Order: sequence, then C-alpha cells, then structure tokens
Amino acid sequence: MSAQAQQSGGRSGTAAPAAIELRGISKAFGPVQANKNINLRVEKGTIHGIIGENGAGKSTLMSILYGFYKPDSGEILVNGLPLTITDSQTAIKAGIGMVFQHFKLVQNFTVLENIILGVEDGRLLRPSLAKARGVLKQLAEEYQLNVDPDETIEELSVGHQQRVEILKALYRQADILILDEPTGVLTPAEADHLFRILEGLRAEGKTIILITHKLREIMEITDNVSVMRRGEMVASVKTAETSPEELAELMVGRKVLLNVEKTPAQPGAAILEVRDLKLVDDEGVERLRGISFDIRAGEILGIAGVSGNGQTQLLELLGGYPEKGSKVSGSVRMNGEELDLTGTRSDAAIRRARGIGHVPEDRQVEGLIMDFTAWENVAFGYHHAPEFNKGWLMDNAAIREDAEAKIKRFDVRPPNANLAARNFSGGNQQKIVVAREIERNPDLLLIGQPTRGVDIGAIEFIHKRIVELRDAGKAVLLVSVELDEILSLSDRIAVMFDGRIMGERLPGETTTGELGLLMAGITDTENTPDSAGIPPDLKHVEDLPGGQP
Amino acid sequence: MDFATIIQILDSAVRLMTPLLLACLAGLYSERSGVFDIGLEGKMLMAAFTAASVAYVTGSAWLGLMAGIAGSLALSLIHGLASITFRGNQLISGVAINFLASGLTVLLGQKIFGLGGRTPALEGNARFGEITLPFADALRDVPVIGPIYAELISGHTILVYLAFAMVPLTWWVLNRTRFGLRLRAVGENPASVDTAGVSVTRLRYAAIAICGILCGIAGAYLATALSAGFVKEMTAGRGFIALAALIFAKWRPWSALGATFLFGLLEAIANRYPNLDLGIITIPSMFMNALPYILTVIILAGFVGRAIPPRAGGEPYVKER
Repeated sequence: MSAQAQQSGGRSGTAAPAAIELRGISKAFGPVQANKNINLRVEKGTIHGIIGENGAGKSTLMSILYGFYKPDSGEILVNGLPLTITDSQTAIKAGIGMVFQHFKLVQNFTVLENIILGVEDGRLLRPSLAKARGVLKQLAEEYQLNVDPDETIEELSVGHQQRVEILKALYRQADILILDEPTGVLTPAEADHLFRILEGLRAEGKTIILITHKLREIMEITDNVSVMRRGEMVASVKTAETSPEELAELMVGRKVLLNVEKTPAQPGAAILEVRDLKLVDDEGVERLRGISFDIRAGEILGIAGVSGNGQTQLLELLGGYPEKGSKVSGSVRMNGEELDLTGTRSDAAIRRARGIGHVPEDRQVEGLIMDFTAWENVAFGYHHAPEFNKGWLMDNAAIREDAEAKIKRFDVRPPNANLAARNFSGGNQQKIVVAREIERNPDLLLIGQPTRGVDIGAIEFIHKRIVELRDAGKAVLLVSVELDEILSLSDRIAVMFDGRIMGERLPGETTTGELGLLMAGITDTENTPDSAGIPPDLKHVEDLPGGQP
Repeated sequence: MDFATIIQILDSAVRLMTPLLLACLAGLYSERSGVFDIGLEGKMLMAAFTAASVAYVTGSAWLGLMAGIAGSLALSLIHGLASITFRGNQLISGVAINFLASGLTVLLGQKIFGLGGRTPALEGNARFGEITLPFADALRDVPVIGPIYAELISGHTILVYLAFAMVPLTWWVLNRTRFGLRLRAVGENPASVDTAGVSVTRLRYAAIAICGILCGIAGAYLATALSAGFVKEMTAGRGFIALAALIFAKWRPWSALGATFLFGLLEAIANRYPNLDLGIITIPSMFMNALPYILTVIILAGFVGRAIPPRAGGEPYVKER
C-alpha cells in the first residue's frame, strides 16, 4: 500500500494517495471527442469541484468513473491502486457512489426498498430491510439526512429524493461521492441544506466530487476546482486561490460579462396592468392571493422568489393556460384591453395573437416537442401565421427558411434545423425557444427561468437579447429563481412569497440580503413601497403559512 | 336456480378460469419487468399444440406438459431477442408471435397428423386426470360444505391446483424476495437497477422465461386437461382476455385471481344459459362473452380507480447518462 502511495506521487507533498487519480483518459463517441487526455487528481477528504459549460465532457468523465462508459485509453487509480472499472458494480465495490442529475429512483418504492435495491443481503427481503432501517437511522443522525424510510419516493420533495440518492451511496459504503449538477433541481433553501450535508460528509473524511456549471457553488463549498472546456481539463486550482471571473474565463476561453451591460430603462406607457389576480387550483390551494402590478413599455420587471410561491401559476395564467380546474378572479389589461382569463377566449394561441410571447419555465415539457425537428419547433404556436401557410396546407419550405434564419441569428449549435430538439444541448434548446418568441417581436414577453440549465455562453446571449427587446420598447416579465439574474437584468424587482407580492425594489437600491428576507416572507412595513403593486392586506405577514408545498 | 346448479356453474367457472389465471400471471411477470406481452395468445396456442402432439405420441400427459412449456418458451425467447436484445417494439413482436403461432400450429398439425390442423383425440394417460381429494366421497353428503368440497374443490386436474397455488407464490415472490424487488424495479425504472450494478437484460429475460413457462402450462391445460387434443385456434382469444384481466387486476396477483374468476364465471354462465332470460330482457351469450372486454374498457376509462401500468413498460432499455 505504501509503495503504491509513493508511486502515485504526492504532488502537494502528502504521502497519502489521492482518492481518485485519472491519467490520460480519452473517450470518443463517433467523431466527437468527449474527453481528451484528461488528468485529474482528487485528494482524500476534500470537496473537489469540476466546472465547465454544458457539453464540456464533465458528465462523460464521471460516467467513465462510474463504469457507465469504457474509456478508449487512460488509467484510473482509486486510493492509489489501478482499477479497471467495467461496470457500476465494480465502481460501487471500489467505494465510488454517484448521485445522478436525474435521480435513478423507483417512484413507487419506499425509501428503504430503493436503498437496498441491488445490495440485498440474501434472497429474502425481510432481513435486508431490517438491516437497512438500522443503518439508515444511524446515517440520518450522523449526517442530518433525515428521510422517512417508509415513505414512497413519489411522495417526497425533490430535495428529499436527492437525500435518498446520497443515502443509497452511503449505504453502499461509498467513500467517494460524485454529484452531477446536484442543485439544478433544488430550491435555494434545499441547495443550502445539501451543502451543509456535504460539509458534514467531508468532516467525516469522505471525498466529494461536485460537477456543476454554477460558479457560486464552486466558490462557496469546494476546496479544489478543475475546469473543463471542450473535452479537455484546462486547469486545476485551489478554490481559495482563484476568483469567479478567472474560472468563468477558463470555462469559456474568453471574458464573459457576468453583469449585463444595459442603459437605464426608458419606460413608456403601461403595456400590462394586472389587478388583484387570484387563483385557486383544483386542489383548493390558493396559489395567487391578489397580485397587482404594471409593466410599462421598455422595462423589465423581474419576479424573484423561491420556486413554488405562485410564479408558475402567474406565468401560466398570463400565458393563457392555467392548470385545469383552477378558479381565477381579478383583471388583466393588455395594451388597455381586458384579457379574457377564464372563458373560451383564453388560450395560448389567442394570447400570442394579442402580442404576448411566452418562454415557459420548463422548455422540455412546455416549450418544445423534443422529438420534432428544430424547424418545426421554431414554428410552433405561430404555425397559423399567414406566411407559414398556403391555403389549407402548411408551407413547409417557408417555415424551414424562416427557422434556418432564426437559428443562424441566435447562433444555435449545431446550426442544423433538421435535428430533433432532443439532440441539442440545454442551452441550444433554450435558444430555439427564445428565438421563436423574441423574433415575433411581442409587445410583452413572459420569460420563466430563461437560463436554467444553460451554459454561460448561452446565458450571456439570451440576456443580451432580452435587453435588446426591452430597448426596442417592449415589456418583459422575467421570472427567475436566480437572484443574480434578477438583479442584473431587471429594471424593477417584485418579490413573490406565498402567492403575494411582498414588495418592489429597484435593483440599484437593494441587496441580495434584503431580497432574501422578502423571499422568505419577512417584510418590514416601513419599507413597503407605496406603489400600486401592493395589496392593502399585507400587514399580517406573520399569519401567513411559512413554507410552500 | 338451486344450490346444485350454482355449484355446477362455479365448478365450471374454476375450470374455465384456470388457463386465464395462468396466462394472466404469465403476463404479470413479463409486464411487471417492463416487457409488454400481447403474445400470450400465441404462446398458449403453440403450447397447446406441442403438448397435445407429444402427449398423443408418447401417451404421457406429463411429457406433453413439458413439450408445451418448451413450445411456449421458444416463442418467449423470440420475443426476448426481438424486444430486449435488439430493442425492437414489444407490441409488434407480440403480434408477430400471435400470427406465427396461429399459422405454424395448423401447418405442422396438417403435415404431421393430416387431420386438417387438429391432433387426434387424446385418451387415458395422455390427458391429465381429475384428482379426488381425500374424504371427498365421505363428506359428499354433509349439507352445504359437502358439495362445495366434493364438487367444487375436489375433482380437478393437478394443473388447476397448480394455477391457484401460483397466486400466493407470485405475491410472495414479488413482495418478499430479492428477485421480486428487482423485477418490480426494472419495470418501473430500469436505470435504477442498472446503476445499482444489476443487469437489466438478465432480469427481463428471467421474467419472460417465467412468462413462457406459465403460458406453456396454460396451453397444455387447454389441450390435455380441459379438452382432449388440439383444435385449430383453440385458445379462442383467451390470451387477450388474460391481458384484459391483467389490466383489470392492475398488475397484482390476488386481484388477478379475482379478475380471472369473474371472467371465468361469465364464460361459465354464457355456456350454461346461451340466452340468459332475466324476465324483462334476454341477454344473449355474445354479450356475456364480450363482457370481459367491456369491463376492461370501463377500467381503462378510469371508472374503477386508475390502472397504472408499470412505468417503464413497453420501452426497451437504452443506457443513458
């Protein structure tokens, strides 16, 4: 063992072998070189971040480590010992655990059943389940990973499901834990809790590899960070010795504007006037409790808030497709004309005809049809437009030509309109949706989570386009859970909590701390702006339920 | 309708539900593992033919049963190759198996026996005999319990008892064993099984093999116990009724028992009263025969609780990150 340790070489002068060492790993999928000669050293008992844009090869590398793919060449050392990882079983035995971005849980199984799956102790379940129950209790105490072992997965929140994935790895006695984009699906509070858990794991001597494209997470929690770009490992540094700007530059290979450059807003007449909007969903839960605000031409109103506080319902309602069975009241005027919120004249097509473009929060479900081609997707929602039709028939040539032009203008990569939407990366899928909605030049753009799961290059691009639309005198309603995004894009910020707008702030005159308090439902009556946006019944905030389902 | 008639109808229902129950449980194993199987009908038909042929030639019902299982397993293997190994469409593969069995049985039957696609009638040991349970005769005269025991419970072939025993056994396997846990997991989310280091392919092959064996027993029962020999298209849609029962039972073994009993009972009533006179209206037997399908449509429409199929059902597993 000690001889092995010497061989693997302590770069930082430590005698202990690295938890993971990769030497010259390469992997190609057909003509695409996903990993090129990767070298990586992950020290024991550290949190090691791997950062890179979508498609930089991070997930491929980790899949190799977990035995999902076989590398074309290169060597893997675990705890200083060379190891050929042919399948997940080998990786598990070597003490490697993986928490995938999309959880690998059986939805209608209990937590306990999910945990023992594949590592049962014998042919019969009862003893395994009893043992797992004991171990789980112990792990829960040790790492604050509390989950009810008898709850089924589908009843758990996403954050708790992720805990089950971590528990699964720990139950398999993983010493090295790989987390692939763990915060992509979490609310900020859940993400914070996850980080506390990871810190606890590190304190117990576990090694953690954190794959992400969020710079803030890297800076907040990692000890070391490695940067990947286009399949190559471009840098490995100590987190304390670097800065977000440096990392961002390494990731994209050029300077990025983390702050959006924009001129002060020149607001004009009110485009959208929302008054006392209320929505009760089909389960009887009040999702919107009297929302009022205006958006004027040439301004971006940002709606901040923890997800699940009514933003989704607001967007869907304005977009023309509130959830079935919802009861709606209140009024919305668009360019001075009343919108039909409930009747037969309320659907997405009619909203679009009235000049409302909508980039939905979940592009893969609401924004795109994943198996359809890019050019078809670029026409959706506007496929009745006269220029896309010849009499009764669709004019596919015209649609395709239009789509190709948009794809070119939005720098969608690869620039191939015949590819299915599924085959584009997250950022490029989003560009397709944004191109479709912005290029129609809507008077009002509703845009939800514009950059969720999108790489930095595309974020910058999408932000620029949103600002351009504003500068062209259009109104934008931006909903995002990313405070940085809200702060850098918005001309005014409204914070939603529990179906209400807790307050409005100007981005230059507020802090993340103040917004954070509002997002948590804590308000200071003295600071409440006197604008038309605030309903009068906000005084008894302490009576409001604290959390949201 | 007197007590004896009721017992007779129930007795008939038990005989008629047996192939449905076996096929339904066969489908349960396959579909709970994520492989849809509309080839139950074809597998049963093939098994009925091979069982009858071998039983006739050897004079042994037991060798017939083995042959039935072999015939059905061969088709299961084709289904597995097409839909698991080569990731083809499971429905198309199932349809192909039904056509294959339908044509092949008649062709081979005519070629071998020259009787227009049927096998010669089976006699003696070439058929499964009825088993009289202990004390059946002694208890026959006890009121109520006597006829139920002697007529209804006693006096069936071994395969009937086997089919009924499969219900608790299947429940136990699914819910109490490692294999069952993995089987259910692979039908719900194969990626969870794969990332746990367990082979999805091997599990699914195991499931369709069990499916093949049970369909084989069902087919052998039809040809060597319920009837005496193979007749062209003798399954007569039972494979589809079994599928309907599987949906009706929401893919659960005890419910499968209930569903197949209901469908067996409907068939028994239709057989006994071709035109059921209810005083006001007369129900034709065609309606009774169609009832299983009508009930299934009602179930699928969501009137009696929702029937949620295994989530990964029908989709070949492709490894993804």
